[in-house]
Amino acid sequence: MIAIVDYRAGNLTSVARALQYLNVPCVITDRAAELRGADRVIFPGVGAAGEAMRNLKEKRLTGCIRELFESGKPLLGICLGTQVIFEYSEEDNRTPCLGIIPGGVKRFPEGMTEKDDPLKIPHMGWNRVAFRRNHPLFAGIPGNAEFYFVHSYYPAPSEDSDIAGETDYGIRFASAVARRNLVAVQFHPEKSGRFGLQILENFSRWDGSHAQ
Amino acid sequence: MLSKRIIPCLDVRDGKLTKGVKFKGNIDIGDPVEVARRYYEQGADEIVFYDITASSEGRDIMIDVVKRVAETIFIPFSVGGGIRTLEDMRKVILAGAEKVSVNSGAVENPKIISEGAVAFGCQCVVLGMDVKKVNKSAKIPSGYEIVIQGGRKYMGIDALWWAREAENLGAGEVCLNSIDADGTLEGYELELTHLITTNVKIPVIASGGAGKKEHLRDVLTTAKADAALIASIVHYGTYTIAELKEFLSGNGVKMREAW
Repeated sequence: MIAIVDYRAGNLTSVARALQYLNVPCVITDRAAELRGADRVIFPGVGAAGEAMRNLKEKRLTGCIRELFESGKPLLGICLGTQVIFEYSEEDNRTPCLGIIPGGVKRFPEGMTEKDDPLKIPHMGWNRVAFRRNHPLFAGIPGNAEFYFVHSYYPAPSEDSDIAGETDYGIRFASAVARRNLVAVQFHPEKSGRFGLQILENFSRWDGSHAQ
Repeated sequence: MLSKRIIPCLDVRDGKLTKGVKFKGNIDIGDPVEVARRYYEQGADEIVFYDITASSEGRDIMIDVVKRVAETIFIPFSVGGGIRTLEDMRKVILAGAEKVSVNSGAVENPKIISEGAVAFGCQCVVLGMDVKKVNKSAKIPSGYEIVIQGGRKYMGIDALWWAREAENLGAGEVCLNSIDADGTLEGYELELTHLITTNVKIPVIASGGAGKKEHLRDVLTTAKADAALIASIVHYGTYTIAELKEFLSGNGVKMREAW
């Protein structure tokens, strides 16, 4: 059973629908006991970091998420869920976050260009991810696969070894991070067609062991 | 590097497609869910549903369509048409749409943009704009005016001003439809598209006029649109989405190549 953390942050049902399509049993829950009892946990989210942290605190889930990581349970962060596992986010006047991965989340700088054209913010649409290592979650994904992004802030891990994949949008940023039993992606696998579904399917089989 | 998006638009009335959609070697199919699945499989980057239903019963049918689409395709899709209240937006989003498009509802009540952005996030709120070319004036300095009711009613609002206003209110994207070009199959309104997309920071989807594959190239390169909305050019089987993408890739437009 996969538990999807419910902290009133957006795309919970679209993640659940993708898992249902893959015939992977899942439950959407905000109960710590149910999260602890699940085989795997997905930490999704769409929205702003400040509100997300407020909701997590209100539901008394901040300690639980850290504990899940420490316990070795396979964890998958998606979009905002990925951002709040860092130490802080620049969003909402610098929001202190969960601090599971060292580093912060920064706003795309103003004035980014590509071939002299200004780049839009949010970074919205399909883009490539250059996966850096042979992680079980990214097995079977071809090099030219693209994923759906929609965000104005990007993960900036302070330790290079945490970066699992990178994407170019004006700057090069970490679009996938991995540490032990945690993988966190800035894009939306549940909205990224066949290759996104492949990542979710890989996650449903992953035991959380180290990447090779 | 971000890919430009190709977005087929499906008009739905009472849960059925209003125009027949022909796939090469196939007969017309009237089920929007089935057609969405085919476009998803052919490499559409996103899908737009436009609900032209008048009755409230028809609206409930549309919510059911949205739910079935969300169980079938795993790319973003938006729903527009008749969205006037936060509750209208909520229903569509809870049913599984990634984005909701407001058009005349936002002209009448611009607060729906900011309220929607706060409730669901900016990325959920698309401003649909129907625009006609007019003489430049003090009131309409850009020479492009906002219209509603399919172009029958002029609103006295400058299109460029409205796009910027919507951006400030929290819209995450603009879907820019030229009423002059719509249905002509003679190409997008390039001047209008360029004007809007270079003056807002949010992405702009160009809509209206696609009849040839070169039209898509022009609007995505010369006019700098972030995405191109298409209808007849694929509905009537002139091209498949894959054929359009292959042509665009070969003409220097960055496309998502694998799906």
